[in-house]
Amino acid sequence: MHNEYRELSWQGLWKNNAALVQLLGLCPLLAVTSTTINGLGLGLATTLVLIGSNTTVSLVRNLVPNEIRIPIFVMVIAGFVTITQLLMNAFTYDLYLALGIFIPLIVTNCAIIGRAEAYASKNPVHYAAFDGLMMGLGFTSVLVLLGALREVLGYGTLLAGADRLFGDWASVLTVSVYHADSAFLLAILPPGAFLGMGLLIALKNALDNRIEKMFAQQQPEKTVTRARVTTESN
Amino acid sequence: MKFALASSPHQRVNRDTGQIMRMVCYAALPGIAMQCWFFGMGVLVHLLIASATAVATEALILELRKKDFERAVKDCSALLTALLIAVSIPPFAPWWITVIGTVFAIGVVKQLYGGLGFNLFNPAMAAYVMLLVSFPVQMTAWLPPQSLAEQSHNLMDAISIIFSGFTTEGYSISQLRVDVDGVTLATPLDAVKTGLTQGKTVSETLGLSIFNGATGIGWFAVNAAFLLGGLFLLQQRVISWHMPISMLAGLALTASFFYLLDSDQYSSPWFHLFSGGAMLGAFFIVTDPVSGSTTRNGRLIFGAAIGIWVYIIRQWGGYPDAIAFAVLIMNMAVPLIDYYTQPRTYGHRSNSSNKGARR
Repeated sequence: MHNEYRELSWQGLWKNNAALVQLLGLCPLLAVTSTTINGLGLGLATTLVLIGSNTTVSLVRNLVPNEIRIPIFVMVIAGFVTITQLLMNAFTYDLYLALGIFIPLIVTNCAIIGRAEAYASKNPVHYAAFDGLMMGLGFTSVLVLLGALREVLGYGTLLAGADRLFGDWASVLTVSVYHADSAFLLAILPPGAFLGMGLLIALKNALDNRIEKMFAQQQPEKTVTRARVTTESN
Repeated sequence: MKFALASSPHQRVNRDTGQIMRMVCYAALPGIAMQCWFFGMGVLVHLLIASATAVATEALILELRKKDFERAVKDCSALLTALLIAVSIPPFAPWWITVIGTVFAIGVVKQLYGGLGFNLFNPAMAAYVMLLVSFPVQMTAWLPPQSLAEQSHNLMDAISIIFSGFTTEGYSISQLRVDVDGVTLATPLDAVKTGLTQGKTVSETLGLSIFNGATGIGWFAVNAAFLLGGLFLLQQRVISWHMPISMLAGLALTASFFYLLDSDQYSSPWFHLFSGGAMLGAFFIVTDPVSGSTTRNGRLIFGAAIGIWVYIIRQWGGYPDAIAFAVLIMNMAVPLIDYYTQPRTYGHRSNSSNKGARR
């Protein structure tokens, strides 16, 4: 039982990361990550929806007829997205304005319907909820990383607009890394998102390769000694 | 009587990559000289910065990839990329523009795709577009020809302004761009475009001081010098005629069509052929053997389409010149062009029904 949670965390955060490995939900990922806070905001909203939808789908998994499961899953997801949207409208209004259309578009995020279909509809509710949390955190961490990368390169700041998410006190969190006379516009524009995403995926693959190599070195190579069963030919 | 029997391939010219790249570099020298004469020595400084950065980046990344970097550096392809970047950017742009552009060209566009021969896009042009999109102010600060500018400048001024932003006498780039009347001078393509938006006809704009009859002062000479270098390359058979001629033809024919429709709204084909980077593009950029089409008919289509794109973007696009955008757009189309223009294999029927369907 303990192992299942560990496996879910490992899959969601690293091995089967929704953004870096499954490459799902790339549209919001590339569109909103121009700053760290935008990325974090959308990531948290997606995580909330993922937990809610995974839980609900898992609860009703034995009631839903197989033929119409996809529309029902989408309805469930749309319900949670609406809840999240209204919550953000009420409590983080500036961030709600900044993210704009990409909050309702969480409905179309393939990562969410993918988890509902692939995991939540087949597993008990506590595992499904935990899977939603881990998948969401994995997605959020990529959004934050990409947002930070682009924000530092493009604006020279970090966590600008933190007050939009956490309230007024958080404006002290903004760090000005350096001041450039001319902003590196490419990082803020869509091509920068694609380049940054590509570099992140490459970095993950490189890390994986290195870890695998270290692991392989620790284990002594298994040598296969072949017993000669025939006499020496020619 | 002697019959020499030779097996295939019947390639007669024994040139390696390095020799070809070096010849292209030499052929660009007249154009660079003209740029120095009319627009100051900045291009030489940028050439040095770009070459050093290109070779260093190439060596570093090949070392990381555990490849033989000595051979790759000796083939001079990185130097040619550096040269194209240096002549494309404004001569007095700050030094970090060249460094960022060259690192991007060699590191991302060329080496991340697998090095020479594997890059989908022309490295120099991809870097130029990246710079133009990222730093529009620095990348459009072209100087007027020296004969028109109020302030004269020499090599020391060029070095000083590239590294510090000011000449030895303390003039900034925006001060160098004004003429004796204190008006900031634009490039010919820019001037025509701005003139049209202000409701002036093309011939009215051509009366400005930066023009000399039909083309811009300086720009005509630079383009003519690149044309000369290009003809040398053609004569030496370093490049084939298909791509440059079809590109110039595509540009000239499109321009002629619209010029004949309305010569007040559309500038003449002569102006288009000898403005901006037209000749540099036709003979030095479009002819890149790696990212261009490889079949004979494909090269004609590739070149002509670039010419038409250049005209479209110059006339109706947001940027004054368009060689880089046109080349990148057509680089994307190269696999498709090659797919449909595969030459007939000797001995096969010319119009087989499943043309291009089987490989």
